[in-house]
Amino acid sequence: MSETVLKVENLKTSFFTNQGEVKAIDGISFEVAEGETLGIVGESGSGKTVTGLSILRLLPEPAGRIIGGKVILEGQNLLELSKNAMRNVRGKLISMILQDPMQSLNPVFTIGNQIAESIRLHRGFSEDKIHEEVISALRLLRIPAPERRVHDYPFQLSGGMRQRAVGAIAMSCRPRLLIADEPTTALDATIASQYIALFKDIQKMTNCSILFITHDFGVVAKMCQRVAVMYAGKIVETASIRALFKNPKHPYTIALMNSVPRLDQRYDRLYSIDGQPPSLLNLPEGCRFYPRCESRMDVCKEQQPPEIKTGAGESVSCWKISK
Amino acid sequence: MADILLEGRNLVKHYPVTAGFLQRTIGYVRANDGVSFFVERGKTLSLVGESGAGKTTTAKAVLLLERLTSGSILFEGRDIYQMTEAQLKKEYRPRVQAVQQNPWSSMNPRMRVRDIVAEPLVVNSKITKKEAKDRVAQLLEQVGLNSAQMEHYPHEFSGGQRQRIAVARAMALNPSLVVLDEPVSALDVSIRAQIMNLLKDLQEKHTLSYVVIAHNLATVRYMSHSVAIMYLGQIVEYAETEELFAKPLHPYTRALISASSMVIPGEDGQEYEQIILTGEMPSPLNPPPGCRFHTRCSEAFERCSKEVPELKTFGTHQVKCHRA
Repeated sequence: MSETVLKVENLKTSFFTNQGEVKAIDGISFEVAEGETLGIVGESGSGKTVTGLSILRLLPEPAGRIIGGKVILEGQNLLELSKNAMRNVRGKLISMILQDPMQSLNPVFTIGNQIAESIRLHRGFSEDKIHEEVISALRLLRIPAPERRVHDYPFQLSGGMRQRAVGAIAMSCRPRLLIADEPTTALDATIASQYIALFKDIQKMTNCSILFITHDFGVVAKMCQRVAVMYAGKIVETASIRALFKNPKHPYTIALMNSVPRLDQRYDRLYSIDGQPPSLLNLPEGCRFYPRCESRMDVCKEQQPPEIKTGAGESVSCWKISK
Repeated sequence: MADILLEGRNLVKHYPVTAGFLQRTIGYVRANDGVSFFVERGKTLSLVGESGAGKTTTAKAVLLLERLTSGSILFEGRDIYQMTEAQLKKEYRPRVQAVQQNPWSSMNPRMRVRDIVAEPLVVNSKITKKEAKDRVAQLLEQVGLNSAQMEHYPHEFSGGQRQRIAVARAMALNPSLVVLDEPVSALDVSIRAQIMNLLKDLQEKHTLSYVVIAHNLATVRYMSHSVAIMYLGQIVEYAETEELFAKPLHPYTRALISASSMVIPGEDGQEYEQIILTGEMPSPLNPPPGCRFHTRCSEAFERCSKEVPELKTFGTHQVKCHRA
């Protein structure tokens, strides 16, 4: 087993609003090994994005606050670092790719300029060396004609190329961990396939770990080795890709997999989960999936389910499994 | 003989591109370049393709939101371009309705649900307040909402509920055809199935025809009876749904299917072969000569870059490829 790069323990993040405390993440734990890709899957509001932002400590303050737990990157708890020390982590040890490249790039600077920014900040190279590194970052992301592209502004690039430029910024300092938040959602299907294949190659070359946040099971199957399924601020199941697709255990995972149509199957009627996820302002006392669960029991309503280890790096939180 | 509700014949839409002080036309964006299709009564046709393929242009032409450069659209056998504005208002527009992708931007946030759903009724018919209210209540029940919710504003609803309101509004005039532009892609995974099932139920109950625009092939397979795959303003493959997925003939279709299928790693961790296309879709301003797909096609040969492939027909299956 390779070394653990990131370890998140019992992380809790809340947003304090006029209506009350919104428990966006409520005690989640997971690990990412070196060179591994862990997928985080869930619907909107399940806490996927907040997980990424909490790791980087980029929550919108003062409303969003981490109220408990640990984020350990290579033995160091990021939550104990000073603001300055944290600045040396972002972009250098951990970097991030967001969904919409047009929003994460600055329209008035060339992409070369934007890639150079983090190299200049973190690596202290001379300007000539920085330029070389920028070109090599563009080359790593397989952007054609990097010597010319380096002078392009974001509007001159296509959507797929823009997202590669964002990838070049993220990879420019060879981070240990990459957090990719829905990086392919804004891309067309064939371009998204290219992007995923590209990142798998880059991962093999650099051995960086990836935390891959998405709602798309198809993308998860292609990109990740393991998956954590989130529901209403909790991880309900962690499993290897194979186990997830062949033998999902948590009722939510099962229901979700059944409600996503698969291309290789014909359906007369698609299964659908009734109702909606609960409001994070007013969570049920017991299991959060209780109101929508088909195998609910009395105990589920009253007490939160325990987390049960089902294998190496696999776990389920459900009363049905514990019985 | 199939009961054809709507037929598109050789639709062409070119948008002029202008430049300079005098706004001279320097070229055309060929958004649609000879698109032909038909929609049977009570059936669903899906238009599939990447952004820039011309799906939305086709839908806009059907909804008469854009006038075609050339080509004709036949509704129940009548050319809608030969109809007068008054005829269109009475006989075409009320019978062809639309549901948009994003339920957050397709509704006026300052109108109550009651007024949103009643608007097509008020515009198209003389109706009393009481009648409108009863009809709205009935429509909301039909899409699985509580009729008491009609006094609420859109922001009080979740995405899935809003999409139900949009469907209720489209159903208000008992249309024959509904154009659904990415009806579920803005919704959460667990909600998508609910809306797709609702749309299928309504189709069955009212013998509705749908034109669905989508990019997710699994959604398309579940929703539609026939599928048209579009690339750079043209239909490259056109077939009945099951036929298309069982026997995709065009290399682009095969790449799309490969891109959207769930590949589960095998026992020994081996990976399945995937078709990954190189490059991007060329600009519709200046489409490549010959077959428009040849710049990205792994099976292209010399002829593909020179000769435009003709539409070949195999039974009900049509494909535009030299290899087929």
